[in-house]
Amino acid sequence: MNERSERTSDTVSYLIRNAKILGGAPQDLHLADGVIRAIGTGLAVEADIEIDATGMIVLPGLVDLHTHLREPGREDAETVLTGTQAAAMGGFTAVHAMANTTPVADTAGVVEQVWRLGQEAGYCDVQPVGAVTVGLEGKKLAELGAMHESAANVRVFSDDGKCVDDAVLMRRALEYVKAFDGVVAQHAQEPRLTEGAQMNEGQVSGELGLGGWPAVAEESIIARDVLLAAHVGSRLHVCHLSTAGSVEIVRWAKSKGWDVTAEVTPHHLLLTDEMVRSYDPVYKVNPPLRTAEDVQALRKALADGTIDAVATDHAPHPAEDKDCEWAVAAMGMVGLETALSVVQQTMVDTGLLNWEGVADRMSHRPARIGRLSGHGRPVSVGEPANLVLFDPAYRGAVNPDSFATRSRNTPYKGMDLPGRVHATFLRGRATVLAGELAEQGGPE
Amino acid sequence: MKRHLVSAADLSRDDALLILDTAEELAQLSGRAVKKLPTLRGRTVVNLFFEDSTRTKTSFEVAEKRLSADVINFSAKGSSVSKGESLKDTALTLQAMGADAVVIRHHASGAPARLAQSDWLHGSVINAGDGTHEHPTQALLDAFTMRRHLNAGAGNDLAGRRVTIVGDVLHSRVARSNVHLLTTLGAQVTFVAPPTLLPIGIENWPCEVSYDLDSVLPKTDALMMLRVQRERMNAAFFPTEREYSRRYGMNGIRMAQLPEHAIVMHPGPMVRGMEITAEVADSPRCTVVEQVANGVSVRMAVLYLLLGGAVFADGPADTAPRTDSVENAQ
Ligand SMILES: [Zn+2]
Repeated sequence: MNERSERTSDTVSYLIRNAKILGGAPQDLHLADGVIRAIGTGLAVEADIEIDATGMIVLPGLVDLHTHLREPGREDAETVLTGTQAAAMGGFTAVHAMANTTPVADTAGVVEQVWRLGQEAGYCDVQPVGAVTVGLEGKKLAELGAMHESAANVRVFSDDGKCVDDAVLMRRALEYVKAFDGVVAQHAQEPRLTEGAQMNEGQVSGELGLGGWPAVAEESIIARDVLLAAHVGSRLHVCHLSTAGSVEIVRWAKSKGWDVTAEVTPHHLLLTDEMVRSYDPVYKVNPPLRTAEDVQALRKALADGTIDAVATDHAPHPAEDKDCEWAVAAMGMVGLETALSVVQQTMVDTGLLNWEGVADRMSHRPARIGRLSGHGRPVSVGEPANLVLFDPAYRGAVNPDSFATRSRNTPYKGMDLPGRVHATFLRGRATVLAGELAEQGGPE
Repeated sequence: MKRHLVSAADLSRDDALLILDTAEELAQLSGRAVKKLPTLRGRTVVNLFFEDSTRTKTSFEVAEKRLSADVINFSAKGSSVSKGESLKDTALTLQAMGADAVVIRHHASGAPARLAQSDWLHGSVINAGDGTHEHPTQALLDAFTMRRHLNAGAGNDLAGRRVTIVGDVLHSRVARSNVHLLTTLGAQVTFVAPPTLLPIGIENWPCEVSYDLDSVLPKTDALMMLRVQRERMNAAFFPTEREYSRRYGMNGIRMAQLPEHAIVMHPGPMVRGMEITAEVADSPRCTVVEQVANGVSVRMAVLYLLLGGAVFADGPADTAPRTDSVENAQ
């Protein structure tokens, strides 16, 4: 959280009745003046709005380490406003906006612009990610220090979409950002091994005649990077880890005590490369959907903490970039508004993770990795009221027409997913109420 | 039969035999003075070619005309990297033209599948080769040719026949379609290639794999040589053209290792001196020219069956079918 960015919270107060904090016994929460004022059973307090939350779960506001908001440059796909509205609808109170915009977020000017747009939108805190290299070209370090010192206070740096494949450049970046407690978030993809890659290389790619994206192209970069991070004593974050082999490498690095963290996307927890048999580009994503064995390994690793965080890699694309043949389609899926439901389906309903674990992987740990001090806090009295109220009993088919994101490229269209965000609070202000976006800029 | 022919895997054994038997009946036509049937009169077939392929396009066009269809040749020249007019817009245009069937050749794997699954057009989609995915009518004409030589007769399949397919399996749509169809027809398929030119996961395909051509030749009833593009050696798939042809090329000495009855096939175009020497290509056991003729019969059968030709009637068409060309530079 940026102190400078603090909006005065509105004066509306809320009394949430019978909500299960992190899945615990039902309690009431009183939110006022931007903080959690009181927690208890049968709270006798006055509030402007009372919410019956019977059966619902309270989690700390979700934090996304990996969001593509597309602004500046591709406002036809998403804007900071629509992207943060989607985030709020998904229960997020902070998102990290990836740097691959046009222009690239590789200067203080661009990261400040994105940060200001987030402030103006008001639906969710927007923490810009800075590019590691100028223009994401992997040739020359961007002014990392200037981006850190800007109003955007950047601490996470990534060339996401591209891999910092030059070993020397990666080493220097890891070393350099230590000066301001930064972290490099690597999109691990060996470029030569993935030339012409269209999908996971395996049984299905062989049958479909689509260029393969082998697991080793991800794993070899992660292996190199954890060794580099250990060598220079730096923090490393691995973006959207997608294979069982990557899990093993991260597990090994952690066992050495190295400061390595990793994220997994909701779609890699649920979908497999079998979906590609339809040749429907809605399943085209980078890294690609992997095998059922990979999915099981990722779930297990998220459960045991080897993988620290769920990150959406929300990647909006206009319809025409998906309404075409597979080879020319854009890579990526929207994911903010379905993330928590997919996590419930794959991790909670399977018994792998309880709600406390969900709070840890979707709020506490990502906030810690991004060094967002105002997010990922405990749900307790006196803490900032960044909260999500989630109804896990809901069942329904995903309807992209109801999305707040400007794009519709979801792989879950028509799929029955559990759970629904009932309300999201950003410093005590409702950004979502009764499942609908709340007007920002004034009380409901 | 299904409405589309996108993959050879879509064909049941009965479907495949029906096509082969129908093709045999239609082949009788080519021996007669009047080669046209009125079967598809008034029906519109579009040849939608995103990739140059004179032989496949010509083969389809001849087949369509012998069935008296109205033919529209729609060539959309785009590269595999630039997008140009979208497949969707092209499809909507063809739908507006009233296409009853679209024969599509595309450089992107899966493009025909996209057309068939979309609601962009309602006609039948016939895959005339998509990327490195499939080329089902090629597999049908190959099976037709094999059956004539190895188990001739209506209703017969290829049970127990041993087919060896040699070359760039990784990039071959012909290999993929053939393994599906030949397996459906009961044949045993063996792929022979350097390991670099075999797809990952091939151990789970319904076929055998060998890296040693000489050991497989004596156990072969039909040998199919695949084209190997010279450019592949630039991506380190094999060291040199010479080494490739020494290890995997077909020559006179190797031909002598084949059983007496075995045939040598090639989907064309051949790269003489690379995967096949002139001695083999020009030998009487080589069926390349025959395959071309069979291609027309098989494609007539596919069009006839997919478009549900009303009567299998004899006689000449009384009106000349039209041919229109649309150039759609992208
Ligand atoms: Zn990425």
